[in-house]
Amino acid sequence: MVESLSRQAPSREQLITFYRQMQLIRRFEEAAALAYQRRKIGGFLHLYIGEEAVAVGAIAALAPQDTIVASYREHGHALARGMDPKAAMAELYGRVTGCSRGKGGSMHLFDASIGFLGGYAIVAGQMPIAVGLGLAAQMQEQDRVNMCFFGDGAVNEGEFHEALNLAGLWKTPVVFVCENNLYGMGTMLARVSAVPEIYRRAEAYNIPAERVDGMDVLAVYDAARKAVEHARSGHGPYFIEAMTYRFRGHSMADAELYRSKEEVAQWRQRDPIPRLRAYMIEHGLATEEDLNAMDAVVERIIDEAVRFAEESPEPPPEELWTDVYAGVSKETHHRLGVVQR
Amino acid sequence: MPEMTYRDAIAQVLREAMRADERVFLMGEDIGAYGGSYVVTRGFLDEFGEKRVRDTPIAESGIVGTAIGAAMGGMKPVVELMTINFSLLAMDQIVNHAAKLLYMSGGQIPVPCIIRMVTGGGSQLAAQHSQNLEAWYARVPGLMVAVPSTPYDAMGLMRTALREMNPVIYIEHSLLYRRRGEVPEEYFTVPLGSAAVSRPGRDVTIVGYLRTAMLAEEAAERLAREGIEAEVIDLRSLRPLDLDTIVASVQRTNRLVVVEDAWRTGGFSSEICQLVSEHAWDYLDAPPTRVNGADVPAPYARNLEALAYPTVEDIIEAVRATLPGAASDYHHP
Repeated sequence: MVESLSRQAPSREQLITFYRQMQLIRRFEEAAALAYQRRKIGGFLHLYIGEEAVAVGAIAALAPQDTIVASYREHGHALARGMDPKAAMAELYGRVTGCSRGKGGSMHLFDASIGFLGGYAIVAGQMPIAVGLGLAAQMQEQDRVNMCFFGDGAVNEGEFHEALNLAGLWKTPVVFVCENNLYGMGTMLARVSAVPEIYRRAEAYNIPAERVDGMDVLAVYDAARKAVEHARSGHGPYFIEAMTYRFRGHSMADAELYRSKEEVAQWRQRDPIPRLRAYMIEHGLATEEDLNAMDAVVERIIDEAVRFAEESPEPPPEELWTDVYAGVSKETHHRLGVVQR
Repeated sequence: MPEMTYRDAIAQVLREAMRADERVFLMGEDIGAYGGSYVVTRGFLDEFGEKRVRDTPIAESGIVGTAIGAAMGGMKPVVELMTINFSLLAMDQIVNHAAKLLYMSGGQIPVPCIIRMVTGGGSQLAAQHSQNLEAWYARVPGLMVAVPSTPYDAMGLMRTALREMNPVIYIEHSLLYRRRGEVPEEYFTVPLGSAAVSRPGRDVTIVGYLRTAMLAEEAAERLAREGIEAEVIDLRSLRPLDLDTIVASVQRTNRLVVVEDAWRTGGFSSEICQLVSEHAWDYLDAPPTRVNGADVPAPYARNLEALAYPTVEDIIEAVRATLPGAASDYHHP
């Protein structure tokens, strides 16, 4: 195991940022759910409500040069990394002003300018890619760390094991963050895993690992700082298992037959946002009024994002044919696409 | 002009690229200490060291995914997957990831990497080691598929692939490694999407690639002795496809035979026949014809395997069937 850093309480500014980001994600997701019900958003919509502390706490430990890859439940990670909520919402709406020009949608948010290298919708597919991003940094001798988010559903995929083996073998600077929300879609982890303590699997690949309370943003931040420091200083990958829970269904289509209302209610008691709110008030770091004012600002940002998405144009028809290939002439592009249109 | 083998041409261009560009590195199964299962990278480990010649675990998806990530991070990986049969374990990374990232990111994330793999049968390696699956990759928008048949093309196409910003599937045929050919000393490239007319002729167009490009040339030589002048086109890449060269040829010869080692059903030969029907229908004097490998898993027994892949005789028979006075259309068993 690695040397543990002294647990250093985050500054007041940091806590306020955590609160604002978690609230931003919560409101963004609620607005997205509403828009989905109004059929403004198509496809699949996987909400991050309940899990906000994981993305916010973990990403706060990163530096500007670092990169992130995530699963298809990635709105929260994109926002925590600083993606403009307007660009994120416009992407969900399928508008050309979206972060992926309306060509990715909810599951494929990208913003290379902030090192947010995407949402990936094949379970565990992003994991070897994360190793490669770490490998590039290592070969270039740059102190860049890649953070890789995935759910508990990913851990029985071959790519999970292939990626962990390669990362452990080559000591690439990758922080693996497993968001264990107990269910892979509607199947409880314990029903499909011989070893349901996911962090224990990292040991098989010689990767230090720990399990944290994913409903506590401070605990996640603490673990992530240690993990990022470990990876950045050349010690190789680190594995965090964050125990968390999604308050909503797997996607908007989920009837939630596989879990009880009581279980959901119990987890809601541990909602990370009221928890941080109480902590800040209790420690005199903010007043009710401060936090209410912040909530109002977040509300306004989300309203603006929705309005922006509503008013943005759809991608022009020629966008169908662009970005299939990079850096090729129009003529070659034509040949590369369908030969006869 | 100096001669070299197909194998040496690939090795030389990789060596040249690694000397010139620090971003280029190799990763794959048994490419380092072992020297490559088809001996392409022998000596590379000594020259470039284990950071740039990375022996990997046998984990195709992990290897290709790592290469994609490395390419996203500013490197230029060249992956060797041993054979195309094993690439199926990396299909997720190749098709779902490498081919999609640029598009679904709205143009932000190019994936400049090369994935080398060996295709084809003919060495009694049986059903799991003898497939020709390159057309599967050619179906996927976002990928490029290079299929060199000569040392010259192997070198020229690899140089182009190394400069590409897109994922290139670079296919080598196991029976071509010892093929010799002239390769100029001065720098040259072969663009992707430019077929070669490897033999001009006026009577019939024979299209092939990889091993079947070579077979087509042999068939054309024998047909010439009977006074039949076949034009031979070597595709050199399946995607982009140089349809213009094929159509222009058929417009002169009015007859088309496409030869492919791969299975007949849903093959690339069907694609070419259909495209020619669409683009040169009025010029055709006979139905476009295919010569394919048998629609069976590759057998082990020497005699059965010989029946499973197209031969020069098959091509000649197919050509004859397209000519005036042919008794019947050509039918492959």
